[in-house]
Amino acid sequence: MTSKKKWLSVPYLFWSGLFIIVPLGMILYYGLTDRTGAFTLENITAIASAGHAKALRLSLLLSLISTIICFLLAYPLAMILSQIQVKRHNFIILIFILPMWMNFLLRTLAWQTLLEKNGVINHVLTFLHLPALKIINTPAAIILGMVYNFLPFMILPLYNALSKIDINVINAAHDLGADHIYTFFRIILPLSIPGIISGITMVFIPALTTFVISSLLGGGKLLLIGDVIDLEFTKTSNWHLGSGLSMVLMIFILINMVLSAIFDKDGEGSML
Amino acid sequence: MRKNNRFCFNSIAILLSLSVSAFLTGCASSDKGVNGQVIVYNWGEYIDPETIRMFEEETGIKVIYDEFETNESMYPKVESGAVAYDIACPSDYMISRMIDNGMLSEINYDNMPNAKNNIGAQYYEQSRGFDPENKYAIPYCWGTVGILYNKTLVDEPITRWAQLWDEKYADDILMQDSVRDAFMVAEKLNGDSMNTLDLTELTAAKDLLIKQKPLVQAYVVDQVRDKMIGGEAAIGVIYSGEAIYTQKENPDLVYVIPEEGTNVWIDSWVILKNAPNKENAEKFIDFMCRADIALMNFDYITYSTPNVAARELIEDESIKYSEIAFPDLSQYDNLETYVYLGEDGDSLYNELWKEVKAH
Repeated sequence: MTSKKKWLSVPYLFWSGLFIIVPLGMILYYGLTDRTGAFTLENITAIASAGHAKALRLSLLLSLISTIICFLLAYPLAMILSQIQVKRHNFIILIFILPMWMNFLLRTLAWQTLLEKNGVINHVLTFLHLPALKIINTPAAIILGMVYNFLPFMILPLYNALSKIDINVINAAHDLGADHIYTFFRIILPLSIPGIISGITMVFIPALTTFVISSLLGGGKLLLIGDVIDLEFTKTSNWHLGSGLSMVLMIFILINMVLSAIFDKDGEGSML
Repeated sequence: MRKNNRFCFNSIAILLSLSVSAFLTGCASSDKGVNGQVIVYNWGEYIDPETIRMFEEETGIKVIYDEFETNESMYPKVESGAVAYDIACPSDYMISRMIDNGMLSEINYDNMPNAKNNIGAQYYEQSRGFDPENKYAIPYCWGTVGILYNKTLVDEPITRWAQLWDEKYADDILMQDSVRDAFMVAEKLNGDSMNTLDLTELTAAKDLLIKQKPLVQAYVVDQVRDKMIGGEAAIGVIYSGEAIYTQKENPDLVYVIPEEGTNVWIDSWVILKNAPNKENAEKFIDFMCRADIALMNFDYITYSTPNVAARELIEDESIKYSEIAFPDLSQYDNLETYVYLGEDGDSLYNELWKEVKAH
């Protein structure tokens, strides 16, 4: 970037200063102080208490499972998309993005209505004399909600990475005697790693921090770390503990960002 | 104590109230009434908007109306003084906390004849639990917490909290997703006070709630209403004000005050210490205490009104003498009002509640 154009970034710098740096500073302040304003690390070590640690473990587990499911669903699709004609793939991508035009909360609430004991799906199942589905208020419902909501964030970076692979590289591999499976593991998969990493980041982080999905589809019976933080801010007005726990969560997010910075040098994620 | 947002759930309500308040404060600066303004901070969906319009028309005072979701979210906002509210409508225990911290201004009953005459003496009496000399709070709505059950889904009348631990109702029970209301149920079942800070009693209550958890279908706040109307669960813990509405929608629902006793709550109007428009605030509260206005609000939000003059005006006899809306409190000897437990007490309850929820 030339120095002449640097001033163009001023609005953004102002924006991020006001709405990212200042709030982060406030979280740091609240997280490292107690109610009297004295310095303390208690809000951070509180993550080790039985309830919090369990919530964190559950969050990690559920978001890991969701990320894996998203990846397994998205990768084949992204491969197909990257190989078909431009006209058709635009249509298919539109189908995947279309639900995102509707509010995230409403879509999750819709799943609640679908999955409920007397919900739409169970009405249909009963009508067909099939056994009723009992997944509402279980971890399975939360994973379903996470996969449903975050799948597009996995597909798009993967599609970006895969469609950038030069077809000649693959042809060359075939010419040199590599079969399809060998080509996939030695050529396609390594070349799509930046997309994989940004896809994982973009699914794993929102899944790890969510509290809406778990409270709507988990019936309040499963406490994720996002729910704990939500509880501290809105119900118990202990902003100090809430901030401290948010900082712990930020460590996981930072690890993820460092990983993507290492692998995703081209910034596939920013293609969204 | 609880707002009545019929079809929404928390997050949407928060977003809406944020945008509404932004909108309102946006207009306020340029659009003051001829007789100034008054800034009111109330629960979401806790007033008939028509009454605000009537007040503005009759007095020429512009009302800036803002809504909150929980007592706990209201408190820091009022305390910070970011918006200089004139009036708030907190619940009992939160009022005692605000009195303790010198955040409220004394009521001058001479300027508020409706408040003085229309509000039943028994409700002022009840208020003394948190406002010992009736100096700060004017009751606006009150009610009990009880059990709502669907008589087609149970084979016996539900009359006790203990039945919420009966395994035959597994996956058919809705509990309140709020720490005090959930612990209140267990504490009353154990015969303890709902304001206890005794660790043994609290641990017993916590163990009881953990024992109940596998039977609970979901911990909910507003959704209990829609789920009960839809027949999604057989038994739910609910506020009496919601019960009347749900029964209108689904006649199979029955509301009971459990034998073990329960919580009686009162939400009251208070004038804040630093209120910039104190005179207008008095006029607003007094207007809300006028019998016809209180009746409009009762019809709209269906929470019990302490306004005896308004109750006299109710035409529907079944509601006027409803045991749900207007239970005779002297019949019960085990009803309690929440008191503020202090910061340490609050964190103790919250810790235990998190253990229940994470179990």
